[in-house]
Amino acid sequence: MESVGNIFMYFIIALAIIVFSVLTVTTRKILRSATYLLFVLFATALLYFQMDYEFLGAVQIAVYAGGIVVLFVFSILLTHRPGEKADALSSQRRWLGLSAAVLGVAACGYALLSYGKFCTAQITKDGALEIHELGKLLLSTDKFGYLLPFEAVSVLLLACIIGGVVIARRR
Amino acid sequence: MDLTLLMYLIPSLIMFGCGVYGFLTRKNMIAIMISLELMLNSIDINFVVFNRFLFPDQYEGMFFTLFAIAIAAAETAVALAIIINVFRAVKNVDINEITKLKF
Repeated sequence: MESVGNIFMYFIIALAIIVFSVLTVTTRKILRSATYLLFVLFATALLYFQMDYEFLGAVQIAVYAGGIVVLFVFSILLTHRPGEKADALSSQRRWLGLSAAVLGVAACGYALLSYGKFCTAQITKDGALEIHELGKLLLSTDKFGYLLPFEAVSVLLLACIIGGVVIARRR
Repeated sequence: MDLTLLMYLIPSLIMFGCGVYGFLTRKNMIAIMISLELMLNSIDINFVVFNRFLFPDQYEGMFFTLFAIAIAAAETAVALAIIINVFRAVKNVDINEITKLKF
């Protein structure tokens, strides 16, 4: 049995995720779309905090909300006039998108509800990972160590920095 | 009332559906990238939720999400650099106007 506060928190987060995701893809002003994306990312971080993964929630806020959204806002301001509205969608395009999305969600939902025997699982124990333990796992070469992906990601980030500079440089 | 795994999967599923809708209907390249971020984020939620509810002793899902966030950041940075460069060349970010690579 969960505490009432936890359930209340869950409903707020779920409602925020659903409402702001819909608003992100339906608003016609692109800057508002980026702002709603920020709210969705914050709600996701709250979800991680609620599931006891504090480090992951912090990374979500720092990298997604602090990094990626700022990148989006910068590039929107560089490429759009302020207050510019996108053209209204043609009805054919809207129906195509809407039917694809609804069909996909319906198929996944049906599969979840009819085949997902795991769907009633609950959080049974405390799953918090101590931060020093996480650091050791991230840099260990043992069976559940993550040194290789860690190094691969660092090389990827270096390549991405160089690629970004080369692509965006003024010739 | 209990919080079950399904209750965490449904917001993520709806978020993914919104991402698909935006990806198919938007014509602005930056708006398409925003829809892509929505889809990536919903997948991240799925990894974490399955990890937390079904295998609370292991942390594979959490680490996968950690690396997925890093890779998503890298991908967004490069994609936005490309978009800004395209804007500099053709003064537009609308995918209907950018047809020079078509033959």
